[in-house]
Amino acid sequence: MKVLVTVKEVAEAADDFEIEGDDIGEQYLEYDLNEWDDYAVEAAVQLQEEGDDVETVAVTIGPERSEETIRMALAKGVDRAVRVWDDDVAGAELDVEARAELLAAVAEEEEPDLILSGVQANDTGFGATGVALAERLGFEWAAVVNHLDMEAGDPVAAVRRELEGGVEELTEVDLPAVLTIQTGINEPRYASLRGIRQAQSKEIAPKTLDDLGLGPDIVETPIRRTAMYEPESESDATYFEGDADEQAAALADLLREKGVAR
Amino acid sequence: MSGDVLAVADYRRGELRDVSFELLTAGRELADDLGGELHVAVIAGDVDGFAEELTREGVDTIHTVAEGEEFNHDVYVQAVTALFDELSPSALVAPNSVNGLDYVPAVATRLELPLTTDAVGLSYDDSLEVTREMYGSKVETTVAVDAEPFAVSIRGGEWEAAAPGGDATVESFSFDLDEDAVGSRVTGFEEVGGGDVDIGDAEFLVSVGRGIEEEENIELIEELVEATDATMSSSRPIVDNGWLPKNRQVGQSGKQVTPDVYLAIGISGAVQHVAGMKGSDTIVAVNTDPNAPIFDIADYGIVGDLFDVVPALIEEFGG
Ligand SMILES: Cc1cc2nc3c(=O)[nH]c(=O)nc-3n(C[C@H](O)[C@H](O)[C@H](O)COP(=O)(O)OP(=O)(O)OC[C@H]3O[C@@H](n4cnc5c(N)ncnc54)[C@H](O)[C@@H]3O)c2cc1C
Repeated sequence: MKVLVTVKEVAEAADDFEIEGDDIGEQYLEYDLNEWDDYAVEAAVQLQEEGDDVETVAVTIGPERSEETIRMALAKGVDRAVRVWDDDVAGAELDVEARAELLAAVAEEEEPDLILSGVQANDTGFGATGVALAERLGFEWAAVVNHLDMEAGDPVAAVRRELEGGVEELTEVDLPAVLTIQTGINEPRYASLRGIRQAQSKEIAPKTLDDLGLGPDIVETPIRRTAMYEPESESDATYFEGDADEQAAALADLLREKGVAR
Repeated sequence: MSGDVLAVADYRRGELRDVSFELLTAGRELADDLGGELHVAVIAGDVDGFAEELTREGVDTIHTVAEGEEFNHDVYVQAVTALFDELSPSALVAPNSVNGLDYVPAVATRLELPLTTDAVGLSYDDSLEVTREMYGSKVETTVAVDAEPFAVSIRGGEWEAAAPGGDATVESFSFDLDEDAVGSRVTGFEEVGGGDVDIGDAEFLVSVGRGIEEEENIELIEELVEATDATMSSSRPIVDNGWLPKNRQVGQSGKQVTPDVYLAIGISGAVQHVAGMKGSDTIVAVNTDPNAPIFDIADYGIVGDLFDVVPALIEEFGG
């Protein structure tokens, strides 16, 4: 059985940042493995550990810098990785469709039985790539999965989908399938020192559009970002000033005044 | 292009969800800008009952699709695609709910519609402009979509619910369901997160987020809870980490709470968290980041380190 896990390096904004043009200035951004993908990687590695003959492959779309992020997946036990990038991809603003198409091209080469991806990427927050990928491949899928019950080789995945308001839906999904993984499904491991060392020798295969048999038109999109700004603060909050003791004293007064604490 | 808008309502276990009525407002505004009609689809379950409830101001036609008892994404994809083909609208709009996440990207892919998700604002003037958030709600962006037709999903709580009334036409729509293409089966539902306390009843919630850093630091918050006779709740990562049980989680997938005072400590204020606590009477936030979105909805704010502020507060209450 083969499990493909999609991972994304996401950017996080520092507490103090400035917007330059239509993005946050590069110097205010820090890169990390997307939180939701971390849980997807763990789910993949667990399947690999439980089954006898399971191969796991991580795939990402990202510049050379993102190899650092993929190495984290490799250090946690993923067998090997594929990284899609070239000048055309670098110059494009990738929408859901373009991402799904690039990942689908890799999936068509790898022929996985199961694809795991995060529910959303925390930088762009589209939350759509996994399901779009499934549809493109003609795979089944389930979104917002917080429990996975299957063993390597099973033709069906029994999942729980986490709906709003503390309700979970129990669903059976025929394989091959894409599951978008919600945080909390497992406890992502830390990479061990040994894992980190082993990751250095694992393969990260670079792929260009050409390698995947795709033309540059694949990354053209009618969707483009036109502006970025800090939302006008709707805040009419009263701020407690001073040092921590003074702030705490003011807050204590408020809590007493509201009658919730004495 | 017709200028028409097709909006797909969301319901669960016999009840339309609030966002469905907000969707009607967003859909109507878009239809006005596009110069077309607002069509609403409701699929599976008691569709006739739902149609009655969805008859609201601004809705032109409601299409009932009686196919199944509950949401199944394979059925939804087929139904929405068939209805879209029949109506040829300029826009598809749907809630960015958990079920929206589960079928809208598939429909957009099948119909080759450009997709933007989680819109907090929409406007149309020759082309669509979508307002969205990025980087964990720290910034807003506008996105132009230079193609028609298009698909967009909207965030709950951003539009007013449409007012009751109006005189929508109700039509039943049927299509040939391809059973072989249904590869998923919903087998049941389960409520989670019962247990010792109901944070929904609490008057004073002290709520802790990822700013607490380590499991052992939760003790500090426990001390505060004891000293003030409060009830402890949390954001999602605390529960994901297993530091508190699921019944303490506030938010979209946790519990909705409405205490007199909600004290958010080290919580950024992500939209899914805010969804569960914005109805609190008084919101107080303690956060080191002056730009944290939680301050946008807070009544009182402390920009500061919780590891300084919380011990001082405990002392105030003689802890
Ligand atoms: C489908 C879906 C459903 C979800 N449902 C929920 C839900 O029900 N509930 C929920 O909460 N989330 C939910 N989430 C997750 C949500 O998107 C956020 O990831 C989560 O709310 C973030 O929690 P947080 O604010 O504790 O952590 P973070 O966003 O990491 O924020 C931590 C904050 O602590 C501050 N901080 C750090 N150190 C200190 C210090 N020393 N003193 C003071 N402040 C400090 C930081 O400035 C930051 O603002 C859901 C997500 C999805 C996709």
